[in-house]
Amino acid sequence: MNRINEVFEAFGSALILAWRAFRSLPSAPRILRRVSEQGYLAGYTTLPIVAILLFFIGAVLALQAGNTLRDFGAKQLIGTLVGESIARELGPVMVAILLAGRVGSAVTAELASMRVSGEVDALVTMNIPPERMLVLPRLLAVLLITPVLTIIGNIIGWFGGAVVCAGVSTIGVEPEMYFQALKQYLTVRDIMDGLIKAEIFGFVVMLIACSTGLRTRGGPREIGFAVTKSVVFSLIAILTLDYFITKALD
Amino acid sequence: MASLRRKSPPAPVRDDRSPVRITVSGLSKSYGPQSVLREVSLEVQPGEIFVIMGPSGSGKSVLLRHVAGLEVPTGGTVAINGHDPRLPETRDRFALALVFQSGALFNSLSVYENLALYPLEHRLCPKPEIRERVMRALRILSIENAVHKFPSELSGGMKKRVAIARALVMEPQVMLYDEPTSELDPVMAATIAEIIATLKEQFSVTSVVVSHDRDLAFAIADRIAVLHQGRLLAVQTPAELRENRDPIIREFLRPAINLQEPRFKKLEANHD
Repeated sequence: MNRINEVFEAFGSALILAWRAFRSLPSAPRILRRVSEQGYLAGYTTLPIVAILLFFIGAVLALQAGNTLRDFGAKQLIGTLVGESIARELGPVMVAILLAGRVGSAVTAELASMRVSGEVDALVTMNIPPERMLVLPRLLAVLLITPVLTIIGNIIGWFGGAVVCAGVSTIGVEPEMYFQALKQYLTVRDIMDGLIKAEIFGFVVMLIACSTGLRTRGGPREIGFAVTKSVVFSLIAILTLDYFITKALD
Repeated sequence: MASLRRKSPPAPVRDDRSPVRITVSGLSKSYGPQSVLREVSLEVQPGEIFVIMGPSGSGKSVLLRHVAGLEVPTGGTVAINGHDPRLPETRDRFALALVFQSGALFNSLSVYENLALYPLEHRLCPKPEIRERVMRALRILSIENAVHKFPSELSGGMKKRVAIARALVMEPQVMLYDEPTSELDPVMAATIAEIIATLKEQFSVTSVVVSHDRDLAFAIADRIAVLHQGRLLAVQTPAELRENRDPIIREFLRPAINLQEPRFKKLEANHD
């Protein structure tokens, strides 16, 4: 029962935090520097991992699908399958998972340590809302950076598939044919649906990271617990929301 | 963009600079079953230095956090000139400054940025004036050479002084100090005590100091409160407190080291 209460409390606190942060939106011009710093940190640290991961996801997808589709005589559709899967599903989900592991964990650790060392209390006594100074810049940064990461990840994933199609002799699909199939069936709507998902995931990951960090009490041990909790909650939220968003966008 | 700027929070409206009164009435605080403060009532007079003493775990810091508006009381009230310190408007009006035991400096900001944060965020004055204000505070505490350093590069004493300087930049009417001399050598502790007394003289702030440090308390306090197990035992001037016959207060103020009958052995015997 306590566990359930805790989950509801965490959910409620995250919503209140988001509300308070966005209430400070009129002061956004004053925090542009912090937004750009956070955007740079999130993008710079996540982009190389996104690139490597999506390249290999595209490659594996092409390899798995290639052999099966070849047996059915439909190998010219590999481009469509890889393109759609990455744009609608794997791109946004993988970017969100990497954001949770790389950026969300770092944000939770930083805010939890600020909470434990009294820095957040210092902000409160100085009448500077922590939501404005610490949360809003991170939320805005992730909203700006997630679509960019997703688009770059998608493109790299598609190229990963093309490399495998051209390089693996048992598949033997030329890049022209691969991209032709990809362009023929992939619509702007598919890409936009993926970006909407990515945007929602990114926002939720950052909100969970900030909320968990700011709710931390105690010492170094609790900071570690908070980081674990933030990543686990984020992963659960990403995969749960994925189902409902996919259903809603269908 | 222009319309967004117009909606930004306005600079705080300050009361006149006269020192303020702090009233604590029947304050109680419990964390679950543990009672930390029990019906504490006291009044800090405008412009005085009020020291709160007591053994570890007696609730001194919790009491200070209530005065700073960082805690929600279980019972009773705290008021600053009649206003609730938890409200942002009260903090804006009187500029409450709390010097944390750890300093609580922002580790990602330089000393200058730490000090300039409050006036910048509240848009109190133009940037050149903020710079002047920051440098003046650093000069008062003789730490101008630390202006470009980061908190991780500072010693414990320097961090305390930067924390006091940060509070000074706020031009507060209430200064709250949590263990300002803990972890400091005697010379640095004396320096901090002198700074607290000087700030009161120069800026007529109402100061509340939580401390274990008997020397500090008797040197600077106008009045001293003694807390024990969450209860207020006495509020007296230093001279009156020296004459106090209460055994707990006497024990706290003059603990004799007894190597023949150590206290921990008595405690062990009682426990068995």
